[in-house]
Amino acid sequence: MTEKVLMKGNEALAEAALRAGCRFFFGYPITPQTEVAAYMSKRLPQVGGTYLQAESEVAAINMVYGASAAGARVMTSSSSPGISLKSEGISYMAGSDLPGVIINIQRGGPGLGGIQPSQSDYWQATRATGHGDFQIFVFAPSTVQEMADCAYEAFDIADKYRIPVMILGDGLLGQMMEPVCLPEARDMESLPAKPWATMGHKHEREHNVVNSLYLTADKLESLNIERYERYDVIKANEQRCEEYLVDDADFVVVAFGASARVARSAVNAAREQGIKVGLLRPITLWPFPEAAINKACEHAKAFLAVEMNMGQMVDDVRLVVNGRVPVEFYGRTGGVIPTPAEVLGKIVEMTEREGE
Amino acid sequence: MSKDMQAVFAGFGGQGTLFSGKVVAYAGLIEGREVSWFPSYGPEMRGGTANCSVTVSDGLIGSPLVTEPDAVIAMNQPSYDKFVDLVKPGGVIVADTSMVAELGQHPDVRVIGIPATQIAEEAGLKGLANIVLLGRLFAEEPFCALETVDAALQKCIPPKKAAMLDKNRVAFKLGTEA
Repeated sequence: MTEKVLMKGNEALAEAALRAGCRFFFGYPITPQTEVAAYMSKRLPQVGGTYLQAESEVAAINMVYGASAAGARVMTSSSSPGISLKSEGISYMAGSDLPGVIINIQRGGPGLGGIQPSQSDYWQATRATGHGDFQIFVFAPSTVQEMADCAYEAFDIADKYRIPVMILGDGLLGQMMEPVCLPEARDMESLPAKPWATMGHKHEREHNVVNSLYLTADKLESLNIERYERYDVIKANEQRCEEYLVDDADFVVVAFGASARVARSAVNAAREQGIKVGLLRPITLWPFPEAAINKACEHAKAFLAVEMNMGQMVDDVRLVVNGRVPVEFYGRTGGVIPTPAEVLGKIVEMTEREGE
Repeated sequence: MSKDMQAVFAGFGGQGTLFSGKVVAYAGLIEGREVSWFPSYGPEMRGGTANCSVTVSDGLIGSPLVTEPDAVIAMNQPSYDKFVDLVKPGGVIVADTSMVAELGQHPDVRVIGIPATQIAEEAGLKGLANIVLLGRLFAEEPFCALETVDAALQKCIPPKKAAMLDKNRVAFKLGTEA
């Protein structure tokens, strides 16, 4: 195991991406994400890669499209308002089955909002990253180590399923430092072949086409259906969730990313009061860890979603629970970080209402 | 084994509060403990003040934002005023009295004032008041073994600035004796 170093989440993520074989980065500065771009601008030239600060987020995501079409491992990063600008390009990537990694270090919204940590882009990431019938794969790291681990794995997932992968972090995870063990650098020769990529071929094969325009309805429908069959495989194979004290839990808190850190402290405090409560922490937001929620639903009397927004992931918990038990919500928004005491208060309130 | 500590390091931008926080975080890391370091990056920074939250713990760390610190280092009056009332009862706040004129009455908190900027300047260590204060905090609340501080300083000072290492060592020692 390599030595543990103290790094900011943004920098650990960037270094891990580089070690995963990312050699192209296109972006545009925005707080609280800028360290990702700054780090890439320093490191990519050292490994023969290309860093380019685009003239806008729209340009950056289209450069990602181009590099990906040519078979490269490529990444862009931004924060909430910048992701909105990239949404058209992400839809084009999905429609062209292009892999690529998109980082969203969320800040409060809507609009220009604020620059403090937030999770208010959950719906955007899991429902409507752009127009059209599609999903992207969404990781939700909760520690600096996971920022690195998810970034490292994101490129493999993206290539394997030919899908854009988003890492949905936030200003807290991006700005904080924690000890991290960085993964081994990939041998660039060992990366998966991309026979579909539009690289030069000296007329030795039929030329490849990367495109999302299909004017024949039947053709477009069949492509969408094929893509959704691939989504079913992802849903079956790639759900990730951490279960903490869930086995005997009467009450289950569901929280991801930064709010899961707060929720874990609250769960520990509630356990000290003798309340049988556990924590489910989705690590993938799409695919949502339905299996883990269903399993917990066999013994849970109620669920509590804790988020740094007005209530977004709680919808997915409700969809899985499907009315079997109550699903409650607690959140802070606008960049406010909930405290463990607030979440504990909500847990206690819930246990009193639902009965011990 | 040192006990868990949640600390805030606060002052004007450029006074080195983020650095002294990082030294504490690295000391925890070297001793194999859980640590987190979280800087202010919001509007207060644009007003010229900067602070960071540091947690050193033997358990997993929840929110890295410290709202009820066990220990605070305050390097200017606005930071002192902002954080002194947040310190846990029995906790400690170390203020640079070269910069903080009014300490006030806070019976539940150990208030320690040393003229760190003056001490540093008189010793030819301009700009190292942050480390003088860190030494004073260490004397009051040893957050790691003494030799770990030295290892942490070595980690935090980049090779290009190696000449600063000895100055930091002296500043820290001055603080422990202040």
